[in-house]
Amino acid sequence: MTEKVSMHRLILVLLLAVSVGLSACASKKPKPAAPAAPSDASSAQNNGAGDAGAAAGAGMDDEAAGPQGGLLATRIVYFDFDSSEIKGSGTDVVASHAKFLAGHSGTRVRLEGHTDERGSREYNIGLGERRAQAVRRALLLQGASDAQISTVSYGEERPAVSGHDETSWAKNRRVEIVYLAAPAGATKP
Amino acid sequence: MSPTVPARFPPLPALRAAVFSLLTYAALAGTARAALEIEVTSGVRDPVPIAIVPFARAVPADGGLDVAEVIQHDLEGSGRFKALARERMPATPTRTEEVAAPAWKAAGSDYVVVGRVVAGEGGNLAVEFDLINTLTGAKLATQRFTGAPSALRNAAHRVSDAVYQKILGVRGAFATRIAYVAVDGEPPAQRYQLIVADADGANQHLILESRFPLMSPAWSPDGQWLAYVSFETKHSAVYTQLVRTGERRQVSARAGINGAPEWSPDGKKLALTLGGTGGNPDIYILDLASQGLTRITDDPAIDTEPVWSADGRNLFFTSDRAGSPQIYQIAAQAGARPKRITFGSSYSARPRVSPDGTLLAMVTLDNGSYRVAVQELASNTVRTLSHGRLDESPSFAPNGATLIYAERDSNRGALATVSTDGLTGLRLKSSQGEVREPAWGPFIP
Repeated sequence: MTEKVSMHRLILVLLLAVSVGLSACASKKPKPAAPAAPSDASSAQNNGAGDAGAAAGAGMDDEAAGPQGGLLATRIVYFDFDSSEIKGSGTDVVASHAKFLAGHSGTRVRLEGHTDERGSREYNIGLGERRAQAVRRALLLQGASDAQISTVSYGEERPAVSGHDETSWAKNRRVEIVYLAAPAGATKP
Repeated sequence: MSPTVPARFPPLPALRAAVFSLLTYAALAGTARAALEIEVTSGVRDPVPIAIVPFARAVPADGGLDVAEVIQHDLEGSGRFKALARERMPATPTRTEEVAAPAWKAAGSDYVVVGRVVAGEGGNLAVEFDLINTLTGAKLATQRFTGAPSALRNAAHRVSDAVYQKILGVRGAFATRIAYVAVDGEPPAQRYQLIVADADGANQHLILESRFPLMSPAWSPDGQWLAYVSFETKHSAVYTQLVRTGERRQVSARAGINGAPEWSPDGKKLALTLGGTGGNPDIYILDLASQGLTRITDDPAIDTEPVWSADGRNLFFTSDRAGSPQIYQIAAQAGARPKRITFGSSYSARPRVSPDGTLLAMVTLDNGSYRVAVQELASNTVRTLSHGRLDESPSFAPNGATLIYAERDSNRGALATVSTDGLTGLRLKSSQGEVREPAWGPFIP
């Protein structure tokens, strides 16, 4: 048993080493950001505002820093349980991004919808998509164009924080507005 | 960026291929992950007392595997048997003729299993066993399984299957496999692994690894392929992968959601969920040979999690068209009209059909907790089977006697099983990370 566990660790280390090595030799362009250190990740857990930076740390190499002034620095819109209604400060956040996109027609964003962990996983993919679509519609209504926006739902698969209580769930029910670096033609097959 | 497939498909540069074959070797050695440990959480009141006597060994070809221990682990893990401790065994016979039935009866065993691992032709091993009734001394069963030494553990599971069937009248499902998703690390730096293991959690093989979510593994009816969802392109896509070689095909990467694949009983089609650019998930059927797509539902609600009826004529799926998620049934053809079939809870989702087609397993909200329940399709009677707070993803064993599902045990995802009568349960705990979305594979011929 001990032997198996240590073998497991060894292979995990091997796998990590191999995947780091592979991504290093596979990618032709420099990475925009080093992966977040574990300590960064845990501090992000204690602070919802760290989420967007933390997502970049997870290796989203098509991402751009995007605009930073005022509300534009806020990239996360939160939702109530089982709801896709944009409300409270989320309304202002979406409005400021809509205004920015309307004035920068070459800029593209990806809206990533998320849910908390309750309920079934594929159904939550549907709920996360519904949230991303709510933000998309709000952006379109306020001047952004369809070509600037793509959506993806991760459901409950990529939580911002790992807790199993209402405080954590509230941080996980969200749409992240992710600014993209490259034009559409440059994406990999 | 792309996930790690421990195989040679798609073609890889030489260095990567070499590294991968090393990894494949390590995985095939059966030590790729920490073992899942079994804990029986509830057993039947009167388990069958049985003695599994250590088998005659074939040294060194058997690689040191204690076949009797594997069988004992299987049978006790089912919750339906209680095995006699070895130190209390009156003797160590390996053949029926050597079994003094009264002595075993006196030791409290109703049955004795004896057996032998024998070196065979071409480097193969044969496992032979006899099952003896200690009251009558009669030999109830005897059987021989032959295979390569690397398949010895599988042969032991086949002995368990045969003993289980002879005594309980139901085919055992020990010589089957499960697929599941394992997740290591803290958000947002999580790693996702698709694993295939024996039904007892041993013999784990890494199928795929990614920094982006992997979900919804589903076995083809012949047990050769897995379908699953991967977000490796930062977009959901459905893949099929040949388990033995790692050969992999992207079968749906359409705009919007690509999710919830489930094989038709004939293995020729996948039911799946597609969202399209408008983001409205509906149920479709994809013909794998022609790539032809048939739309089954068209509703502004979330329609997802399709699964085939045992005869392949109908689909069951989750929809919130009535406000909350409920399960509906619809003919597996364009233009059919769905019929709601769950009414007992404000949340009923993720249906799975029992192999005989009589039961529907699902996740239901029960007094604030998400639990596994089964509904008899003939009577619509519902039984809640699990007792956790966040139980999900039930999957039937191919003999229909047991369900495997995911639970959060002390805030960590673990796998658990429960018999469909709710009487016996056990937990498969990972020593590391979180395990979830178990899919129990079919019988292997």
